[in-house]
Amino acid sequence: MKKLLILLLSLCMVFTLSACGGSDDEEAAGGDGVLNVCLASEPATIDPALNSAVDGATMIQHTFEGLIKWVDDGSGKAVHAAGVAESWDISDDGLVWTFHLRDSNWSDGEPVTANDFEYAWKRLNDPETAADYSYMIAPVKGFGTDELAAVAIDDNTFEVTLISPCLYFEDICAFPACYPVREDIIEENGDAWITDPATYIGNGPYMMTEWVHNSYIMMEKNPEYWDTENIKCEAIKFNLMDDQNAIYAGYKNGDLDYVEDVPADEVPGLLEAGTLQFFPTLGAYYVIFQMENAPFDDVRVREAFSLVIDRNFIVDKVTGAGEKALDGFVPAGISDVDVEGDDFRTVQGPFYSIDPDDYEANCDKARELLAEAGYENGEGFPVVEYLYNTLDSHKAIGEALQNMWQEELGVTVTLANQEWGVFLEERKAGNFSIARGGWIGDYNDPMTFLDMFTTGNGNNDAQYANTEYDNRIDAINAELDPEARMDFLHEAEEQLIGEDVVVAPIYGYTHKYLVSEEITGIYANLFETVFFGQCEGM
Amino acid sequence: MAKYIVKRIAQALILIIVVACLTFLLMNLVPGGPFLSEKSPSPEVLAAMEAKYGLDQPLPIQLKNYIFHMVHGDFGVSLKMQKNRPVILIIEEMFPISAKIGLIALLIAVSIGIPIGCLSAYYRGTRIDSALRVVMTLGISVPSFVIATLLLLLFCVKLQWLPSIGLTSWQHYILPCAALSFYPMCYTGRLARSSMLDAINQDYIRTAMAKGASTKAIIFKHALRNALIPVLTFLGPLTAFILTGGFVVETVFSIPGLGRYFIQSILVRDYPIIMATTIFLAALVIFMNLIVDIMYRVVDPRIDITKGGN
Repeated sequence: MKKLLILLLSLCMVFTLSACGGSDDEEAAGGDGVLNVCLASEPATIDPALNSAVDGATMIQHTFEGLIKWVDDGSGKAVHAAGVAESWDISDDGLVWTFHLRDSNWSDGEPVTANDFEYAWKRLNDPETAADYSYMIAPVKGFGTDELAAVAIDDNTFEVTLISPCLYFEDICAFPACYPVREDIIEENGDAWITDPATYIGNGPYMMTEWVHNSYIMMEKNPEYWDTENIKCEAIKFNLMDDQNAIYAGYKNGDLDYVEDVPADEVPGLLEAGTLQFFPTLGAYYVIFQMENAPFDDVRVREAFSLVIDRNFIVDKVTGAGEKALDGFVPAGISDVDVEGDDFRTVQGPFYSIDPDDYEANCDKARELLAEAGYENGEGFPVVEYLYNTLDSHKAIGEALQNMWQEELGVTVTLANQEWGVFLEERKAGNFSIARGGWIGDYNDPMTFLDMFTTGNGNNDAQYANTEYDNRIDAINAELDPEARMDFLHEAEEQLIGEDVVVAPIYGYTHKYLVSEEITGIYANLFETVFFGQCEGM
Repeated sequence: MAKYIVKRIAQALILIIVVACLTFLLMNLVPGGPFLSEKSPSPEVLAAMEAKYGLDQPLPIQLKNYIFHMVHGDFGVSLKMQKNRPVILIIEEMFPISAKIGLIALLIAVSIGIPIGCLSAYYRGTRIDSALRVVMTLGISVPSFVIATLLLLLFCVKLQWLPSIGLTSWQHYILPCAALSFYPMCYTGRLARSSMLDAINQDYIRTAMAKGASTKAIIFKHALRNALIPVLTFLGPLTAFILTGGFVVETVFSIPGLGRYFIQSILVRDYPIIMATTIFLAALVIFMNLIVDIMYRVVDPRIDITKGGN
């Protein structure tokens, strides 16, 4: 009897816990024609309107297509090309964009119409949708109201009216949040439409065929896509992983063909071997000063702290993954008024010298500035804290900065790290003296780096408040002439970095990746979205 | 016994509500929030999001709503990790994966751990005992991320014998199960050894020996049963923890299990997932402890669980 009871209880324990046991995992697709990719862990969402992550954007770019799409210019750089819009006309005043849509289908065979775009844009604009990236369509007339000027004239004509001419409007049309979505599907299935391959209907070159949560997302070529014959890669498996060592191990043993997250310790060896590669990207790593409180309410102190940062030392000896030292805030790669000519950074010129030979002169000037501010040789300067989110790479940079400030200025800087969520809240609330900052641009225009510093902006962590700067940004938004507008943008950066030293830029990000030797055809845009449709060699 | 079980279940339900309230309060005390990111959404969007998920309400109201919905089986939707997906679906999907690996690991741990513990006790003071003790001490002192990473490096990268990602074939189970079972195996072994040593020094064993019982009968019939009680105590909570997933092992081997999700949910402040996974884990621990208490009685009739004090 007792034995029977033991057996029963043990079985009960085992059964209860294994009762929920799902079916065995099926053999995942793999082998020839499947590109195994790992960008990051599970995306929070792959709803074009709700996504705000880079990895989600890459997935959406494969399952949806906007009015304008990204194609390879032949050198691995993504450039604009006609997408669902076969052509478009721009009115003489630059305000009305009329898109003529080609005949194309959704993955379930239904035709893509201008109404799908109107629905998508209005859904993005609706506060109820709660889309992080709704501001991308802020240049459109009626943004934030029920009267958004993005309308379907007929099934194949979509018209957008802007508040003022927008030089980067093509970028906006190619941005995932502005891709068409199906009203009937979303209204019927609600938020769940994205998780079931049967309802995740897109109009892009691929369609999702399987999503094993926290494991992988499988995409296969969409036979309904209008240009499907020119898509080379048959299937893409997005492996959802977050452990750097596991990702690297997967790459090393051939389970993964393309990875981005590489353990920091491996970077020098990979660089030396020439296997680590880079796409250009629009990102800046910088130091933010809390401008409301002493001592960083004094511009001389901020400038002194910025000048003694040896940016070359940081990119060569600390980060060492091909980053470029920054001599301004807007990183290289953003077009100036002449898109074929020099970029914004080159035209603007440096705000301080990053020539290694000038470093000593920079330090001398910094000491003078600090002395002028009343802290000769750092005497009397309060102990300040450098705040960063807990990560080894940020810690290494923090230690280098601490050393530079202490050695060159004679001040005492302590380091503090916080868990990501806590850090974001503290930094946003302005509870810091100096903090780490990072920003990736959303579109190819300097404004993507400059408008966050207007008074009260949610991303203005420096708590910078300058009416002159706010007026300048308003003037830029209202300016109709592209040349005059670009001049204003240069003036805005001059004020932000040259005069007020709101932040101390350190380096421009790189978008690093590893790809199996035999695979060709991967390209990326400046916003870190990667395109795999032209891949060959799997 | 039935009355006792009903009483324990009633206590468990109260305990779960208490756990839910405490978790809710602690979670809200931690700075940060689900909608914070490097790029802040606009205040209008933030307000719309908070209103959509009821986070604009005062905390006591939020807690009241949560408990009300929880009692009705609604654990809300994920705010961040699988935006808008019902949490219950996520748990239904993740738990079996963790449970499957956990169950295999548990079986390995028990079926190897107890025999090696007994063996070590039986050969006390010999080289066999010393060797086994070294292995067991190593097992409980080396952290699982070291074991998991070493296994990954050796078998996936260097030797390339086994796959490293996911759970798509039986070979995929070998390393995670090995990594997950190592610590409990060694711990069970140590517990079994010390309680076995205690048991064989008892008078009734001496009596059995004096009566001329065989070694086999002494070990298996008399000593083992008593030696198992401390092991059982350990196995209850261990089962709950191991089945809900080992965070480190799941992360290193990229297994889509609950353990990994639980930790990630805390990092990104996905409140409904934090709540549901904590409540689920608490319920499982309570349930396992109840089963263990009942098993005590079966293993040792002298223990009267209905009177408490165990």
